[in-house]
Amino acid sequence: MGNTLSERLFTDHSEASIGIIRRLLSSRAVASLTSPHSIDHYLEQLHPMLAVRNVRARVVEVVRESDQASTVLLRPNGAWRGFKPGQHVQFGVEVDGTRKIRCFSVSSSRARQDGLFSVSVKAHPDGYVSQFLHHELRPKTLVYLSQAEGDFVLPDPVPDPLLLISGGSGITPLMSMLRTLCDTGHRGNVTFLHYSRSRADEMFSDDLDQIAVDMPSVRVVRIYTREPVPDAELVGRFDAGHLEHIGIDPADAVSYVCGPSGLISTVSDLYEKLGATGQLRTEYFKVPAVDLDAADATGALTFENSAKVVDNSGETILEQAESAGLTPEFGCRMGVCNTCAIRKNHGAVRHVISGDVAANTDETIKICVNVPVGDVNVAL
Amino acid sequence: MTYEQLEEFGDELDAVRRRVLNDLGQADANYIRRVIKVQRSFEVLGRIGLFFPFFWPVFVLGLALLALSKIIENMEIGHNVLHGQYDWMNDPMVNGKRYEWDIVAPAEDWKRSHNFVHHTYTNIHGMDRDIGYDLFRIDEDQPWYPRHRFNLPIAFMLMLVFEWGVMHHNIERDDYLSGKMSEAEFQAQKKRAWRKIRRQVFKDYLLYPALAVPLIPFTSWWVPLAVLGANVVANVIRNIWSFNVIFCGHFPADVQTFTEEEAENENRGQWYLRQLLGSANISGTPLFHLLTGNLSHQIEHHIFPDIPARRYPEVANDVRRLVEKYGLPYNTGRLSRQLLSVARQLAVLAKKPADPYKQGNSPESKALREAKREAAAHAGGA
Repeated sequence: MGNTLSERLFTDHSEASIGIIRRLLSSRAVASLTSPHSIDHYLEQLHPMLAVRNVRARVVEVVRESDQASTVLLRPNGAWRGFKPGQHVQFGVEVDGTRKIRCFSVSSSRARQDGLFSVSVKAHPDGYVSQFLHHELRPKTLVYLSQAEGDFVLPDPVPDPLLLISGGSGITPLMSMLRTLCDTGHRGNVTFLHYSRSRADEMFSDDLDQIAVDMPSVRVVRIYTREPVPDAELVGRFDAGHLEHIGIDPADAVSYVCGPSGLISTVSDLYEKLGATGQLRTEYFKVPAVDLDAADATGALTFENSAKVVDNSGETILEQAESAGLTPEFGCRMGVCNTCAIRKNHGAVRHVISGDVAANTDETIKICVNVPVGDVNVAL
Repeated sequence: MTYEQLEEFGDELDAVRRRVLNDLGQADANYIRRVIKVQRSFEVLGRIGLFFPFFWPVFVLGLALLALSKIIENMEIGHNVLHGQYDWMNDPMVNGKRYEWDIVAPAEDWKRSHNFVHHTYTNIHGMDRDIGYDLFRIDEDQPWYPRHRFNLPIAFMLMLVFEWGVMHHNIERDDYLSGKMSEAEFQAQKKRAWRKIRRQVFKDYLLYPALAVPLIPFTSWWVPLAVLGANVVANVIRNIWSFNVIFCGHFPADVQTFTEEEAENENRGQWYLRQLLGSANISGTPLFHLLTGNLSHQIEHHIFPDIPARRYPEVANDVRRLVEKYGLPYNTGRLSRQLLSVARQLAVLAKKPADPYKQGNSPESKALREAKREAAAHAGGA
């Protein structure tokens, strides 16, 4: 074929010389000179975008996709190693001195020539960061990123036929796949099935219209569950009939599904029934739902590293971990010495002394003075 | 103070803590980043200056900047970041779990012996290993041994090599020998220390001097030696400074110590009170406070170890108000006064006490220890 995804990327020659400087700066010799700190500790003092390892980006533009959703176009620094369509990044913005971090899917085409990429976000009513992005993020703001992460990606070569199913803002990673396929002149058969409440709720409407016209081998089917358009091809929620109607046999097509858990479980159940589970790749679209006023302890406390899950008893995380037979490090057990501080992967916790609630993804907490509020996942 | 008053005292300090923590924001984040920027700049400029030993004003300036940068890195940045004071920023660069500082003691082991042991059991005999650092007699209630005659000279020696003392102090050999620490954990501690030592020594005493070797044809054979010497001096200056600040924080004459019995079943107010009575402040200008890492506000630091240090001057107003309200002592004074008090304390306690129970080797003292051990074994067995 000669036009696999990887060959079309990063062919710019100036990258080569920058690569040598980058390798030099991240060498052991330089690390010895700056020990115990990393070279980034020094480079960032010169310019916030200058870093060997820490990924930073400038916001180039914030585009409104709908009343609820925005796309953030980003110019990353040289530490960014690129992404595969379908991956997500941890996206951090600093608000009042605190870095707030959430995971967002990349929505842009991997074949962009200008080195920019975008993430798209639906603003959730209780999502602090998504609201901030949607309403307040301005061009030129510095944002803190991780490298692209996740296995929800297209293999190389791309399967033919291919089925993409998404619901709501779950469209984002699939949009990145679709745009990349479009830009790289993919000729295989692709069917894209998207569910949203209404056309006004739908993200990327214009692009989807355009792709349907530009790519004859791509079939785009959009279903508006609340406000179906007259003479729509399909109506209602996903079911087996929808696949039959568009002529897809799950046993035959590699399928990707991303969206709310309801959609994913319906699709998964169907594939299981048809004995086609091996053909299906899924990605949940996580919506942080926390009832901060709940008086009773609810939810589950997950100890990620030891693969244990317990029902939240309302005690401190340290006590619950010990009840579960774990032996986390601790010191004073009164929030003073910081010995017990660990990473909380996601979920919300309440400080027993201050009453403060911390709901960031990936933040450090002291487990001796924090109780879980709903589902919490910690690195223990 | 009555028990009720103590509870009220604890509640009022808790309220101060809550107020400050709720108020943390962009200004605090900007502050620590500005300090880091100044420190990193001083360090780089200082190291560059040291490559000009044939032009002494630049060389001396380089030495001063390097020493200053090491002081700021250890005190206002390292010590405070390792306390987790800036963890709320959620920035890996100032995260207490990840930060490693420019001193031979590995952060991980220092955090255990300092943040946990010293800050939880502050000034309790037999629990806070910082009392006298097992080296000298600094408190009346420590038993006297003949080596304590050399209290002052030993303290002077320790001052020059303080970072090595801290590193050695953190390796809890006595905990291992008494069975409180496993062999594996002890070996891991030693391994971490060796690793950190190798890196620190390699950087300061080999790599930077070696970088000056190519200058020899243009200058003179002794240039790398000058770089090496300057690195030694910068580390020693930092050692002297941090030793003095730390000794003034806990060892002036009026600071109180406690027995294990006194500290049993403390309520929050009692815990705060112990921190207040066990620490001493040093008065000075804002620049002085910065260079001490705000450990010149040792009292406030001990009461609120996780509040960002730049807030201590402001918190001190509340602490002093409460101290006056409850009629408690508040130990503060100029650096010279506190230093003199420490030195006098070391000198006085070096003398052999008349009371045989205070002499560690006397039959009376040995019998007392034996009785204590038996009582403890008895209580443990019951």
